[in-house]
Amino acid sequence: MVDRRLFTRALVAVGALSMAAAGSLASFAAHAQAKQPIKIGFSMALTGGLAGAGKAALIAMEIWRDDINKKGGLLGRQVEFVYYDDATAPAKVPPIYTKLLEVDKVDLVVSSYGTNEIAPAMPIVMRKKLVFPSLFGLAVNDEFKYDRYFQIMPAGPEPKTDWSRGFFDLALQQNPKPTTVAIVAADAEFALNAAAGARANAQKLGLKIVYDKTYPPATTDFTPIVRAIQATNPDIVYVGSYPPDSTGMVKAANEVGLKAKLFGGGMVGLQFAAIQKNLGPLLNGIVNYDFWVPEPTLDFPGVKEFLAKYQAQAKDKGVDPLGHYLPPYAYAYLQVLEQSVQATKSLDQAKLAAHMHKTTFKTVVGDVKFGKNGEWAKSRVLMVQFRNVQPDNLEQFAGPGKRVVLYPKEWKSGDIVYPYKQ
Amino acid sequence: MKRADIVFSAILAAVFLSGLGLTEVMKNEYYFNAMYVVLQATIMAVAWNILGGFTGYVNFGSAGFFAIGAYTSIVLDKAFGLPLPFLILGGATVCGALGLGVGYLTLRLKGVYFAIATLAMAIVFETFINNWSYVGGARGVYLLTPEKHLWFDSYIQMLFVLMLALALACIAVSRFLNSSRLGRGLAAIRDDEVAAECAGVPTLRLKLISATVMGAMMGIAGAPYPFFVTFVDPLSAFSLFVAVNSIAMPMIGGTAHWLGPVIGALLVGTAQEIITVNVSSELNVLLVGIMLVVFITLAPQGIVGLAQ
Amino acid sequence: MDLFSNAIVAGILLGAFYAAVAVGLAITFGQLDIVNIAHPAFVIAGSYCTWIINTRLGLDPVLIGVLLTPIFFVVGAGIYRIYYAAFERTGQESLSGLAFFFGMMFIIEVVLILVYGVDYRLVSAGYIGGTIEFGYVGIPFRMLVPCVVAAAVTVGVWLYLSRTFTGRAILAVAQDRLALQLMGADPVRIKQFAFGLAIATTAIAGSLLIIIGPVEPSVGRVYIGRAFAIVVLGGMGSIPGMIVAALILGVVETLVGTFMGPSWAPAVAFGVLLLTLAIRPTGLFGRQ
Repeated sequence: MVDRRLFTRALVAVGALSMAAAGSLASFAAHAQAKQPIKIGFSMALTGGLAGAGKAALIAMEIWRDDINKKGGLLGRQVEFVYYDDATAPAKVPPIYTKLLEVDKVDLVVSSYGTNEIAPAMPIVMRKKLVFPSLFGLAVNDEFKYDRYFQIMPAGPEPKTDWSRGFFDLALQQNPKPTTVAIVAADAEFALNAAAGARANAQKLGLKIVYDKTYPPATTDFTPIVRAIQATNPDIVYVGSYPPDSTGMVKAANEVGLKAKLFGGGMVGLQFAAIQKNLGPLLNGIVNYDFWVPEPTLDFPGVKEFLAKYQAQAKDKGVDPLGHYLPPYAYAYLQVLEQSVQATKSLDQAKLAAHMHKTTFKTVVGDVKFGKNGEWAKSRVLMVQFRNVQPDNLEQFAGPGKRVVLYPKEWKSGDIVYPYKQ
Repeated sequence: MKRADIVFSAILAAVFLSGLGLTEVMKNEYYFNAMYVVLQATIMAVAWNILGGFTGYVNFGSAGFFAIGAYTSIVLDKAFGLPLPFLILGGATVCGALGLGVGYLTLRLKGVYFAIATLAMAIVFETFINNWSYVGGARGVYLLTPEKHLWFDSYIQMLFVLMLALALACIAVSRFLNSSRLGRGLAAIRDDEVAAECAGVPTLRLKLISATVMGAMMGIAGAPYPFFVTFVDPLSAFSLFVAVNSIAMPMIGGTAHWLGPVIGALLVGTAQEIITVNVSSELNVLLVGIMLVVFITLAPQGIVGLAQ
Repeated sequence: MDLFSNAIVAGILLGAFYAAVAVGLAITFGQLDIVNIAHPAFVIAGSYCTWIINTRLGLDPVLIGVLLTPIFFVVGAGIYRIYYAAFERTGQESLSGLAFFFGMMFIIEVVLILVYGVDYRLVSAGYIGGTIEFGYVGIPFRMLVPCVVAAAVTVGVWLYLSRTFTGRAILAVAQDRLALQLMGADPVRIKQFAFGLAIATTAIAGSLLIIIGPVEPSVGRVYIGRAFAIVVLGGMGSIPGMIVAALILGVVETLVGTFMGPSWAPAVAFGVLLLTLAIRPTGLFGRQ
């Protein structure tokens, strides 16, 4: 009696196990793919806080893929993407890259978009010694010191401080000089890096930091935070935030009536067309980072043609219709990969990395040269001020004049309006 | 030893050996990833069932124990660089102590209130970890995969074998608790605690044992997790998904018997892995939610109950 | 001082809103002993319905919330039917019921994620963004309007429960089923009505939530702690107690968030809950 019951149960367990094994083997067989095309694998923020730019980046990357396949592909082979949505959730990234490498067996990997989404992939790509072109991550490599990491965002050789140097330099050029600064950041990788750099810059320049706090990433009510900042009466407010919080911060600053003289700094999202249209005049006066705006000083060869292609594709897809922020750089980081593959005539990760370190690439965002740590050898973080933004108007951002470049000097297209609140 | 015990030990040994054998034969590492996840779920389900199914105290804060196990591992690794077995021991100890605390909580709170209190505990722990910058706070912490992996081909294979051994050990403990005199005491508490107390069952002692064992096992499940996933943040470690899985799997498999959570975990866990690869991981949460509701409503005794 | 008074006022506004969220749970958990842990998930569902209609038709969110109440009422009554048939009739309520609603909570949340994704959704209304100033205290309209509506809803429910026959029957059904039956009311139908009423309140609470701030599917999780903390702290079975508890929680949370840092705010609700359960499980005004 005891034997039979035990036996039945063991049978059930074994049955369950074998069903499961059979099921997974069957699905794996369905997955086995032909080896002919070159597969580039990545995760991308197609939903969640960064999706506004993530989806735009994907379109730009697909334009690159189509361009390259029309010319015969890479090394004579067609290029295919294998990608998954990481929903702007850092914890989703490692399983995705594991799947890309073990199940989909991709030949090359590139990163997702955003510091929070790039860093979690690092341990895996480092273990597999893969070359890792990365899309807009702040100071990711400071911690890992990986020699095959390449960052297309022009933060500069010391990314954390280079990122906000322009903001503080601009502030100190004003008369009377500001003396106090408030630093506020989301408690997440990117924002904390930005805040760390801001803190270092502020201390070096002798500014007094009167507020230095973080908020949980899921915060939606910024009014209490802005009130707390206002209570310390700062001359300058530096914010490190991702799109949902950036929007919340700008709205709260308006709701509370923030009296600072300079506001902005490291707010991701104010570069996305949809958010720019949504916030409209609330943006006026804010000085924030950017990497490409349609000002006459930034007319790199090829960028206008690329944007025209992009805008045609993005039109009916409910994605950033202008594509000024991420798409040119998403196209460029694949150009870097393409030029390296073609120059070394191989997919060998070590050869590609070596080539990327020593070459100056010509891309739609100008000349790209990487330093030893994989960051740009020279910083090109623009400080941009929103001006004369009209409500509910997207087309105004298509041309120059609404986002004036204040810094660095070689790309400057206008002078600052200070204090920021008209 | 009774005949059933010998058969059981033989089955365990056979499973372990075939696991070892797999590491020689299977070249695709992704399978070891998937099996690790299922084994982790099995340990969590078995652990939950000790306090939930055997003793009748529903714990909604399983994710809390799991995450504390993971973070204990991270702290010990960062501070002392201890090797993995010590990290697992550390996780088991800390979470066992936590379990003991939860056991004392049962003195004050019963049934639904106890369940809600455990959920509250998990969230409070999560908030503390979110504010503790040593372990990365809300931004999370990265662990590079160690170079050493004994005689195995890769680190994930070693983790898999380790997890397999731990899971089998936990199942053995669970079976022992279920069929021993201790188990009958737990069942008496589950059915009617007051009557059990009157009948002379040492309810407090049994509840403490039950809760401590549950805590320790969940800590064991959580301790290797940082090395498996290489990136840990409070959002994913304390995920409510871990909690719902640890409840759903035993309820689907059957809570009264030690085999229930094992079957539940194998079935549901494997289904989830297949869905993740082929569809999306959101669908997993939907799947387990639906299965939980369906089984609770139609088959409250679980699969084992149906089989009996 | 400026900061402090602003925090207090914001806390009261928030607390009033919390009361509207918790009033439904005060009925289901406080009166009927049904552990509806999915209650905040229904609130989020209400928010999403409000968002959809607001985006399509441009109606005012509060109006949408009111219009949604009959639909949510019917849904609630239906869910109670299933719950009753599966659990209450067989006497297995507490824990199986709890697991049932736990599963429901996940289903609602994940369906929303699958259909609408994890992006934040907002509604637009004329008053959102404006602030009214009283000296150095500023009251944003997006807090004031929900506060007023929430107060109306909460007081309305309370009056209903204490003044009408059906309302008093709901209060009675938990205390003395048999007496209620003897008075000619069917306990099952009364409970069904009560549950439907509770879910109907989530429609309005949801519309208010999305006025206060952007919503995405997992926002409901923090409200589990808040709602249960409020009901338990207020005392099972006491609506006035719940209102007081909601205001206390709103103020404490805002003070903690303003002065200790926003990252501690989530722990406040659950911490309050734990403390109440540990020290005085009957709450402030609870019945025995």
